[in-house]
Amino acid sequence: MRNAHNRLAAATLFLALAFGLSTASPTQAAAAEAKVTIDNFTFDPPKLTVKAGTTVTWVNRDDIPHTIASSTRAFKSKALDTDNSFTFTFTAPGTYAYFCSLHPHMTGTIVVEASSATQ
Amino acid sequence: MKSDRDEINGQGGRPTRRHVLECMTWAGTGILWTISGGVPRSLGLVDQALAQSDDALTFMQISDSHIGFDKPANPNVRGTLELAIGQIKTLPTRPSFLIHTGDITHLSKIEEFDNADAIISQARLDVHYVPGEHDILDDEQKLYRDRYGRGTRGSGWYSFDANGVHFIGIVNVANLKAGGLGSIGGEQLAWLEDDLRDRPASTPIVVFAHIPLWMVYPTWGWGTDDSGRALELLKRFGSVTVLNGHIHQVMQKVEGNVTFHTAASTAFPQPAPGSAPSPGPMKVEDAKLRKLLGTASISFRRGEQRLAVVDRPLEP
Repeated sequence: MRNAHNRLAAATLFLALAFGLSTASPTQAAAAEAKVTIDNFTFDPPKLTVKAGTTVTWVNRDDIPHTIASSTRAFKSKALDTDNSFTFTFTAPGTYAYFCSLHPHMTGTIVVEASSATQ
Repeated sequence: MKSDRDEINGQGGRPTRRHVLECMTWAGTGILWTISGGVPRSLGLVDQALAQSDDALTFMQISDSHIGFDKPANPNVRGTLELAIGQIKTLPTRPSFLIHTGDITHLSKIEEFDNADAIISQARLDVHYVPGEHDILDDEQKLYRDRYGRGTRGSGWYSFDANGVHFIGIVNVANLKAGGLGSIGGEQLAWLEDDLRDRPASTPIVVFAHIPLWMVYPTWGWGTDDSGRALELLKRFGSVTVLNGHIHQVMQKVEGNVTFHTAASTAFPQPAPGSAPSPGPMKVEDAKLRKLLGTASISFRRGEQRLAVVDRPLEP
């Protein structure tokens, strides 16, 4: 159930971002956020597409620590114990592959697209 | 064990899933090893140590103590490690030393290393460590090496000799690559080749490393990408025993002159390959945990096809 809930939450957030909705404060430009959860040694969603400027938060729901490590060393978290999180703001468009440096068969991708002029 | 030996030994030596499941048994808090005449044998249960000849070498393997883990699968990992060490202390035959095949701690914290040392040192035996991935989580990866790395190279590899047996501690948890498995790396392989070069093929070899050096279940990362290169260097030796941890369950496999063995954890069990959504800690009822952390007897001889794995839970 927790998995399903997280997936739903992530999907909802993704849709919100995709349609330009955000929870940004009214006085600021939209500070987009997105979330990736770790359940059962899997990044969910494994591939996430966001606009430049989006802050992505990874949350570890496993009973085993994981890390978020960019394959190009663009970012790397400390070991995340259960329910710990890591955030990184993607300012430059591009494709960012990452993995868990403890369990390297765990891989994920963040695709960062150029932010639209309306933002 | 069922009788489908052909299936077990088929497919180029790679175990079928059924074989893996059949050959697995929940393991003990420690396994007592003896080497006599160059052939390592498990004497089996820590509470059943046998009288040995004077020229035999006996040592213990413990693994995956995960000190600092406090999740429901075992909120008292110090207690179960103490139980293992307590059993070692009461053995009728005192082992020569301990091997710890990594994941001493859960999160590489100083107090976790301190707590592990405080318990393991009660055995009053030399301990030969290799790190698990949980032991090198600090940014500089120096806490492990500062404590256990004296006389080692690189990320902590080394070798030593005891009673004519050559022991090699391999590190396969450092500098892991995206999408990959455990990794030994070119520098360590070059060292291994050098370390083995002048040794006669009759030298019994014991290799110990955290992640299995055979492909137990790559889907869960239970294997080492370049273990084949290490095994190639070892294939001329008549007796090679490979001791690993990481998967928190006993598994064995014999391939030519090489016997592979993974030890149980002293902390918590993990599921059989593919039997759960992930390899995470397996939660069982409190009353069942000690059954799963009970002792195991593993007997084998080089050249024999049949392995004998007898699980002996602490509680019947």
